[in-house]
Amino acid sequence: MKLPPFEYACPATIAEAVALLAAHNGEAKLLAGGQSLLPMLAFRVAAPSLLVDLGKLSELRQIRVADEGVTIGAMVRWRDVLAHAQLHAAHPLLVAAVQHVAHHQIRNRGTIGGSLAHADPAAELPGVAVTCDADITVVGRAGERVIAARDFFRGPLMTALKADEIITEVHLPAWPARRRFGFCEFARRRGDFALAAAAVFYDPDGAGHVHNAHIGAIGVADAPLRLAQVELVINGRALDDATIARAEAAASAAVDPADDIHASGAYRKHLIGVMVERALRSAAG
Amino acid sequence: MSGTRDITVTVNGATYPVSVEPRLLLVDFLRHTLGLTGTHVGCEHGVCGACTVLVDGDSARACLMLAIQADGRSIDTVEGLGRIGQMNALQESFHTHHALQCGFCTPGMLMTATDLLQKYPLATDDDIRRGLSGNLCRCTGYEHIVRAVRAVVDKRKAAP
Ligand SMILES: Cc1cc2nc3c(=O)[nH]c(=O)nc-3n(C[C@H](O)[C@H](O)[C@H](O)COP(=O)(O)OP(=O)(O)OC[C@H]3O[C@@H](n4cnc5c(N)ncnc54)[C@H](O)[C@@H]3O)c2cc1C
Ligand code: FES
Ligand code: FES
Repeated sequence: MKLPPFEYACPATIAEAVALLAAHNGEAKLLAGGQSLLPMLAFRVAAPSLLVDLGKLSELRQIRVADEGVTIGAMVRWRDVLAHAQLHAAHPLLVAAVQHVAHHQIRNRGTIGGSLAHADPAAELPGVAVTCDADITVVGRAGERVIAARDFFRGPLMTALKADEIITEVHLPAWPARRRFGFCEFARRRGDFALAAAAVFYDPDGAGHVHNAHIGAIGVADAPLRLAQVELVINGRALDDATIARAEAAASAAVDPADDIHASGAYRKHLIGVMVERALRSAAG
Repeated sequence: MSGTRDITVTVNGATYPVSVEPRLLLVDFLRHTLGLTGTHVGCEHGVCGACTVLVDGDSARACLMLAIQADGRSIDTVEGLGRIGQMNALQESFHTHHALQCGFCTPGMLMTATDLLQKYPLATDDDIRRGLSGNLCRCTGYEHIVRAVRAVVDKRKAAP
């Protein structure tokens, strides 16, 4: 499985990278960590005429933690997220999710921007982005635009990105100190893509009842989902056994996954209920 | 056919100015261009870890990187760890603890373990297993590989 032939460019500025994409009319592909793109080239799922390597764009490698939230550059690697001292407190759900992404060697190269653009329905970061109302900033020939995560993921490996656009950063809104969260994933082996995973958080009110519930489901549809039905079930209530059992049932009922080579749809439907149940228990602590 | 590009790559301390096609994988560059066949190719799409090398000190899959991306970088392969009769402590430990049978996964296991040992305390066997999760072995059942890495960690602790 040698790669198909292509030209290669390694631009020094974002503007140059955009110009190269624009000049190639959808025939060019960006290269970030290469941990998803190179397998796609090996399998001939993609055969671009030009690879535009983002490796020199150090302005895309920044992590900013501020009062308004966390902003992460597209070329930040999984490994940088896990090594960042402030992120563990500034966005514990993100860090918990990234701990499930791939293996050590892949985390040394794979990037945030590559994961968002690749849009694997079983990938952790797109799920966290949708759950947390993240904003994704992209730059193209027409300038910059900000896309809400819920509008960004359109299907398996499909996004709102245009052929001349580059993701520059993703912004996750501020994480209140009292927020409770849970992330629960089931995969066959450590580091594999999720068969199903749940990302959940809520802000407890004065009485300790659930307020502002956000329930995200990964691996059970063409793109990551927010499960509004489950949020309705738990908002305003204490997270006791009965409420959690209703949430589990509501999560299974809310999804209709297809059969694939990894698992049957019925299995995944059951599994997402269990993942939501466990994530809520871990959030309730 | 796309043209070739001039790059300079340092491998196990020696610098090679070479001309490569953009599509040439780092692993094929090491094996075919330089003749360093210690780095193995298993799956060629990122799943097995047999091709693991160090890129500027960090472990990476050499089948998921282009040779051209290694321009200006420093690569370490299993050939750089030691040689017959002069194996390094990790290689000796693999030998002592029977951490290989066919040996196909071994170069990747050694390079990943080298990276883990230089970065993490590896306090528990679970830490070692988690670190090696990206390397498949079809022979040993992993237990002896974990023991070999554990022995190096313990020896390091004993002699600070
Ligand atoms: C064995 C294995 C296991 C894995 N397990 C997991 C897992 O459990 N969970 C998980 O989430 N991922 C997993 N991955 C994928 C890994 O996380 C990838 O690193 C990631 O999905 C893509 O990031 P990348 O930087 O490698 O992108 P690349 O492979 O370089 O690019 C991927 C796609 O994104 C595009 N792209 C890259 N950067 C940008 C940008 N800034 N703007 C616009 N488009 C861009 C590229 O053109 C390409 O289409 C696994 C990979 C392997 C090989
Ligand atoms: S040959 Fe590179 S991971 Fe299998
Ligand atoms: S020793 Fe044979 S694959 Fe590991």
